[in-house]
Amino acid sequence: MAPARDRRTGFSRRRQYGAFLAYVLAVAGAVVGVVLLVASTFNPPAFAGLRMTLGSVTAPVSGAFVAVGDAVDDIPQAIGRYFFVHSENERLRAELAQSRQLLLTARTIAYDNRRLRTLLAVRDRTPDTVVTARLVSSTGSSGRRFALLNAGRWQGVAPGMAVRGPEGLIGRVTEAGPAAARVLLLTDPESIVPVRRTRDGLPAIAVGRGDGTLDIRSVNTNVRLAKGELFVTSGTGGLYAPDIPVARIRADGGDTAVARPFIHPDTLDFAIVQRAFMPMPVSAPSPRP
Amino acid sequence: MTLDISNPFDPGLPPARARALPWLTVMAGSLLAIVPVVAIVPLQPPMGLVMLLAWRLVARFALRLWAAAPLGLFDDLLSGQPLGSAMLLWSLTSLAIDLFEHRLVFRDFWQDWLIASGAIAFCLIAGRFLAVPVGAQVDAALVIQIAITILLFPMATRLVAWIDRKRGRNEVGA
Repeated sequence: MAPARDRRTGFSRRRQYGAFLAYVLAVAGAVVGVVLLVASTFNPPAFAGLRMTLGSVTAPVSGAFVAVGDAVDDIPQAIGRYFFVHSENERLRAELAQSRQLLLTARTIAYDNRRLRTLLAVRDRTPDTVVTARLVSSTGSSGRRFALLNAGRWQGVAPGMAVRGPEGLIGRVTEAGPAAARVLLLTDPESIVPVRRTRDGLPAIAVGRGDGTLDIRSVNTNVRLAKGELFVTSGTGGLYAPDIPVARIRADGGDTAVARPFIHPDTLDFAIVQRAFMPMPVSAPSPRP
Repeated sequence: MTLDISNPFDPGLPPARARALPWLTVMAGSLLAIVPVVAIVPLQPPMGLVMLLAWRLVARFALRLWAAAPLGLFDDLLSGQPLGSAMLLWSLTSLAIDLFEHRLVFRDFWQDWLIASGAIAFCLIAGRFLAVPVGAQVDAALVIQIAITILLFPMATRLVAWIDRKRGRNEVGA
């Protein structure tokens, strides 16, 4: 490419000052960037309003794309269902006969459980669902793992609420805008969830690794974490309700092991937003002097 | 800059629209973050950055030197990086490319691609250290992401050259 003649400013004062001003503004832009970066490092929720206002505009657009994708995806499935309807019917009948027995057992157990709990006078809190919405997009080019939820303050979503899917825990809401909210996924490197082992209640924490897996770190030392062990939320800290499935250990380990989360948020399924399990107590008003 | 051979008297777009077009294409690249995919591993190339580099290297007066900062701010609002990171990194890249233009006056496409590759690697690696704690396991994905992004640069330059030709030849000095 030939050298740009337009770079020369000649004797025109206007062009000379214009070129100089462009450099000044470019450096000023970098300096403003540093200032904003420092501000958002020390106070991450700063500028959340700005981000989520834009998110409220983009989330419905992404939602519409999801709807179109679903519609296209449905066509081959509908054709397949038409051809396999008989075999599916037989399979479902067999399954129904099996699960009828299981249901009966489960009902008995549930009844027993309720009775024994009343006997122990355990004060149970059931987490209440705020809204069910879709995860519509995520930060695919950044190392941070955030997803955008297609519901915001207008639907009652507020920062600090827990988000779960049908299979397990997805994450928690960090920022909420008018019609969109940002969800910190479990696998984000800065996400920490208190969990316990289903087998014996061993307490541990699940820390995101950033590559789609979790680190399960046992709170106790001298522990063996074996492949296939299940971890559910413990309810410690009061944010997540207890007994939501979180992850399954992928390979044997000592105090720390890599685990695979139960949720697959890439399926863009529905997410359930729940109020914080034990909300922070309102701080008492400070006494007047 | 590029000549439309089919009709040399084609006036192109009106000046205001011709000026806005590069900005809009870079912002459209940033808006690729809203595609309905919830990614587990960050592999999506930062198309806003690629478009900015393509405009900067193919049609160097299409965007002002300071345009990197507001465009970076817009990208930060969508990308999930801490606010200000793209603003800073894109501005630095823009200034660095200006230095290259002073030293390396006659360039061909391969040198442009090399410069763009360096800029992409710098922005993504620096962005990783600004956003994610050092211990996180994102480095393998980062290397793949850098490779994908570098390979997308030639396509972006083709697109930019095409838009630039359509936009007309009302060149405005820097």
